[in-house]
Amino acid sequence: MSKTIPELLAGLESGATTARQLVETALAKLEQLQPTYNIAISTARDRALARADEIDAARTAGKQLGRLAGIPFIAKDNFLTFGTATTAASKILEPFEAPYQSTAIERLEAEGAIMIAKANLDAFAHGSSTENSYFGPTKNPHDETRVPGGSSGGSAAAVALDIVPFALGTDTGGSIRLPASYCGVVGYKPTYGSVSRYGVVAMASSTDVIGPLAQTVDDAALVFDIMAGKDERDGTTLPERPASFLPTAPKPGKLKIGIIREYMGEGVAPDVRARIEERIAQLKRLGHTVEEISLPSVDLALAIYYIVVPAEVSSNLSRHDGIKYGYSAGEAKNLDEVYGLTRDQGFMPENKRRILIGTYVLSSGYYDAYYRKAQTARTMLINQFNEAFKQFDLLLGPVAPTTAFTLGENADNPLQMYLADIMTVAASLAGLPAMSVPSGTGDHNLPVGLQLIGPQRSDARLFALAKSLEEAGHE
Amino acid sequence: MSAITLDDVKYVASLSKIAVTDEQAARLQQELDAILGYVAQLDTLDTTSVEPTYQVTGLTNVMRDDVIIDYGTSREALLQNAPGTQDYQIKVPKVL
Repeated sequence: MSKTIPELLAGLESGATTARQLVETALAKLEQLQPTYNIAISTARDRALARADEIDAARTAGKQLGRLAGIPFIAKDNFLTFGTATTAASKILEPFEAPYQSTAIERLEAEGAIMIAKANLDAFAHGSSTENSYFGPTKNPHDETRVPGGSSGGSAAAVALDIVPFALGTDTGGSIRLPASYCGVVGYKPTYGSVSRYGVVAMASSTDVIGPLAQTVDDAALVFDIMAGKDERDGTTLPERPASFLPTAPKPGKLKIGIIREYMGEGVAPDVRARIEERIAQLKRLGHTVEEISLPSVDLALAIYYIVVPAEVSSNLSRHDGIKYGYSAGEAKNLDEVYGLTRDQGFMPENKRRILIGTYVLSSGYYDAYYRKAQTARTMLINQFNEAFKQFDLLLGPVAPTTAFTLGENADNPLQMYLADIMTVAASLAGLPAMSVPSGTGDHNLPVGLQLIGPQRSDARLFALAKSLEEAGHE
Repeated sequence: MSAITLDDVKYVASLSKIAVTDEQAARLQQELDAILGYVAQLDTLDTTSVEPTYQVTGLTNVMRDDVIIDYGTSREALLQNAPGTQDYQIKVPKVL
């Protein structure tokens, strides 16, 4: 029985429960489910209980409280937080205790939210299944033999298992949307630049965004609202945040919505296609105009992505040197070995693949043919989206071609694994807001997510439409 | 764009300061070759007179006042994760 943020707040306000009880319950549930699903890497019990007690005391004393006062949540373990280690699910950061917190965490804590644990992820967020974690994979709450998606698999599982009402994730090429789709929860990827990434372990700086996973659209919107806005410490944050969906939560109005033809091709599994087509029919009944549009550039998005992102990764991960912080290879006999052995031992195979690809495509002699070429192709993709948004208010398609695949299915084939992102990377490259809206189940009762994509800064419009679909329900 | 060779793998590994074993390098060569083969489909795209995109916000020269801001982080906290420190400095193996 899932509790939403408003329901939990009502319980706190009426005195039916306390923040301490909510935190204890959440931690107990996590502990109970952890051996089966491997949701979290660590917990922050002591700090969470201390904060819960502070909030309970403040509430009793009649003090002004934040909009999330007493609400427990889980943060993907690439968010720097106090209270426990920040590992990015990697051996190379396993011992790392953050000396400061990410802005997102600070803003949520300022509103009284209580972080209870760090969610599992693919190491450094490199992956689509959470199987690349140094701490083992997370299992899909709907089927333990399957992946929860990635890289924010632990975050999606925590919400799907009703441990916490919301969790934080990051999305570089689909890492919020894909696990949200596979686990059946709302997953929101905001407009690039709308939420500060200060204090979040960087993957690809030109596409990384952070965002919420939650049971309901309203809850995801509230968390986004609280985190969003310019941050002096992140120079890529937009000077004016996108318009808020809350508190008025307006109806979407009659929209013109484009079905991305290339996302509805042969590769889409029949059960996924059926759920998406039901949503399309539903949108038409709700009075929206829904038509197909062809965006040929999206077929190249994955190729662009796997040049640009590894290039940025190779730069961002160069800081892990075994000297400033983190794991350091004890047997190293000189500087070169400190670097070389630490990084060989500390990184997962997928991390190394991406660093090496990135270094290769940026290296002298290959830079123009690969990296520059990819960035010009990226311009063409962005232009095509801009043209599409002259005609349509929003675009849609599935989040992924299939429902959750089985553990190990793509383990021996990195390229095969990359194909899980085929529908999510384009929005990332263009910095567009996108959402996974739970849309029923496919074969074997596995969740299917509908993907909505909007122009930059149209976050409120996405939330409005998603909420109307949520209210209309699904089979 | 030609296939990535074992020497290429070892070269980029040395540039990236990752001490891959020969066995790893052989496996990486196959995996990276497959990935590079896939992304090579961009070859056929005509991108003449198209400018590259490096960032999607359009923001430039984001400035702030040149003043010290105390975010409440201590030197001790910042250094506490270093494998080796001395006199508030991080210890580094001999470079020369």
